[in-house]
Amino acid sequence: MATVFGATSAAISVSSSSSRKLHLPSRRSLPGRKASFLVVRSDAGANPNAGPRRAGQLITNAVATKADAAAASAPSKPGHELLLFEALREGLEEEMARDPTVCVMGEDVGHYGGSYKVTKGLADKYGDLRVLDTPIAENSFTGMGIGAAMTGLRPIIEGMNMGFLLLAFNQISNNCGMLHYTSGGQFKIPVVIRGPGGVGRQLGAEHSQRLESYFQSIPGIQMVACSTPYNAKGLMKAAIRSDNPVILFEHVLLYNLKERIPDEEYVCSLEEAEMVRPGEHVTILTYSRMRYHVMQAAKTLVNKGYDPEVIDIRSLKPFDLHTIGNSVKKTHRVLIVEECMRTGGIGASLTAAITENFHDYLDAPIVCLSSQDVPTPYAATLEEVTVVQPAQIVTAVEELCQ
Amino acid sequence: MALSRLSSSASGSNLLKPLTSALSLRRSFSAAADDSTPITIETSLPFTSHVCDVPSRTVETSPKELMKFFRDMALMRRMEIAADSLYKSKLIRGFCHLYDGQEAVAIGMEAAITKKDCIITAYRDHCTFLGRGGTLLQVFSELMGRQGGCSKGKGGSMHFYKKDSGFYGGHGIVGAQVPLGCGLAFAQKYSKDETVTFALYGDGAANQGQLFEALNISALWDLPAILVCENNHYGMGTAEWRAAKSPAYYKRGDYVPGLKVDGMDVFAVKQACKFAKEHALKNGPIILEMDTYRYHGHSMSDPGSTYRTRDEISGVRQERDPIERIRKLIFAHDIATEKELKDIEKEMRKEVDEAIAQAKESPMPDPSELFTNVYVKGYGVESYGPDRKEVRAVLP
Repeated sequence: MATVFGATSAAISVSSSSSRKLHLPSRRSLPGRKASFLVVRSDAGANPNAGPRRAGQLITNAVATKADAAAASAPSKPGHELLLFEALREGLEEEMARDPTVCVMGEDVGHYGGSYKVTKGLADKYGDLRVLDTPIAENSFTGMGIGAAMTGLRPIIEGMNMGFLLLAFNQISNNCGMLHYTSGGQFKIPVVIRGPGGVGRQLGAEHSQRLESYFQSIPGIQMVACSTPYNAKGLMKAAIRSDNPVILFEHVLLYNLKERIPDEEYVCSLEEAEMVRPGEHVTILTYSRMRYHVMQAAKTLVNKGYDPEVIDIRSLKPFDLHTIGNSVKKTHRVLIVEECMRTGGIGASLTAAITENFHDYLDAPIVCLSSQDVPTPYAATLEEVTVVQPAQIVTAVEELCQ
Repeated sequence: MALSRLSSSASGSNLLKPLTSALSLRRSFSAAADDSTPITIETSLPFTSHVCDVPSRTVETSPKELMKFFRDMALMRRMEIAADSLYKSKLIRGFCHLYDGQEAVAIGMEAAITKKDCIITAYRDHCTFLGRGGTLLQVFSELMGRQGGCSKGKGGSMHFYKKDSGFYGGHGIVGAQVPLGCGLAFAQKYSKDETVTFALYGDGAANQGQLFEALNISALWDLPAILVCENNHYGMGTAEWRAAKSPAYYKRGDYVPGLKVDGMDVFAVKQACKFAKEHALKNGPIILEMDTYRYHGHSMSDPGSTYRTRDEISGVRQERDPIERIRKLIFAHDIATEKELKDIEKEMRKEVDEAIAQAKESPMPDPSELFTNVYVKGYGVESYGPDRKEVRAVLP
């Protein structure tokens, strides 16, 4: 039984008990923002059959190889296979076709095709006024995107690397986040700021930053982190359609992840977490690339007899305390695995939020595994130790469950 | 009809009496307010330009327009002085930046454009807001933090906005509004509106890097952006020659044309803005430097006399005050008597006092307003702030 949040009166048919998606009539562009689409939540918890099936589809290492993907999607399901950056591009293209006010601006997004090929081909299709190559001037082109959004356009601002957005921090914090409030609701800023971040393969300290923590206290913005091609496309579309400013965090190492996604149009909810693997013993909260490290650790843990529940929180601001809370009430133990910095990171906020709200349900203190508070070193061995590795996750779960 | 060439110099102007005609030249105020007969005057100074043509010094106006300018400027002046005393009686708190002395820029710009054109400025925005169609009640309510304010009391002095007439604020961090303004211009070009954006900043903010970045992008993409430097010669306490190696702000665009305008002469401002609008729609960005002056300090906490002499302030008030200039023009063309103008000023004072009284009665915002407008309730999802409690998201 798939859980569906119905929208309007469109006749919705639930095909089979094991399908977790619905077939939508294909949409043409709509003038208004009426919610006549379906937001599908993978509420695997409600359907015991969905659990193992989902686990079978799991991509357990960061960069999937062709063989894995082929094996995982062997039973022929409708849908098409693509890589994560292609999924982002598909979402972007669909939204640009649907709404003429959507435009993309960033460095090398146009003629070059995007530094990670997310916008490849769009400039030829939509022209220079909708896919805009900017000079290297983050502060001003972010400001320009926000100014354009004040009038009703929906720009997508791409930071070539999230670290570069620090140059635009004033615009993001003061103008993007606050204008809706300080104008008493007169202006909305439907802007999407996206770009890759996270620790890559020896990219050096300034190009391997985990900046989610810096943006999380800005009032008025929403932050989401995508981790699979499915949720990348869904979150991209949701972010574009949202009337609030959304920062979409992608990860450099996840761009080549391959997955089969549905042909039909779907949108993921911006504020909801994703249940990756339901379980009983411990709740592991994670997002972005660490999800794969966690799933790798989960394989080991299952062999050792533990049953971890893995939730990809996806929404970094606001936290989906509902899903998380239900999980905490079930398992009573929480482990947070993240790539963000230890001090003042997403994990730190999440720990505080869970403790405040669900303290009575916890049997053990919350354990938070985050990256070390150091600039990412270049040397491969040192870089590996900077982020959380599956072995550390296994150890942490074992300690937690004693 | 009565045409006169007026070349106004500093104080004693050799006013040429209008050529007599059989018609009576002494009109009453009420008639003058509707009289649209054209009068030709010259701006106080010629324009200086950088990489572009100079607009003509000769401006056409009418008694109706002259009276309107006088009335509007007197209202703005009165409003700012009233804000001064409200601040001193602690009804307005925080920062309050007053615009008196610079009214000609706001009025002249309004006269040259429509409400579909956009204006964006920094924090010295009370008069610009009024010029864009805001009411006195909205101004004073917002200044005192009441519900009736234009931003529901949540913005304050530095955050006035009026979306329906194209006034985009109202920004506390100077310099940041210029890329926003270029973004507005981008949206105008995108939607093919044939409108322009005026992005105002001061001589202090003119040294911000994001200005040059935004100018570069606007010139590359041919955006209808007009950058207006309101040069009142002091960036808070720092004189312009101490902050900028090259205080010729209109030249700083390098490849972007610029125009230097006497910002205390409302007709010069109007002419320059008209010229700039035509230019921007055809050729892309242009910079206007308005040479203006503020009588008050930078804000209410700045006496304004530690970095400049009182003589300088009173000198400018005597020689270049924009309202005095209009008054002399009105007398020179016999459009109204001194008593009539004084009556207008009294009327403006009364309007301001009434608005203040009404604003004082407006209630403070409800505590629940703390959490409204943080997010847009779009996309059908209820958002309660970063820590959503156990209520599930409600989709439509």
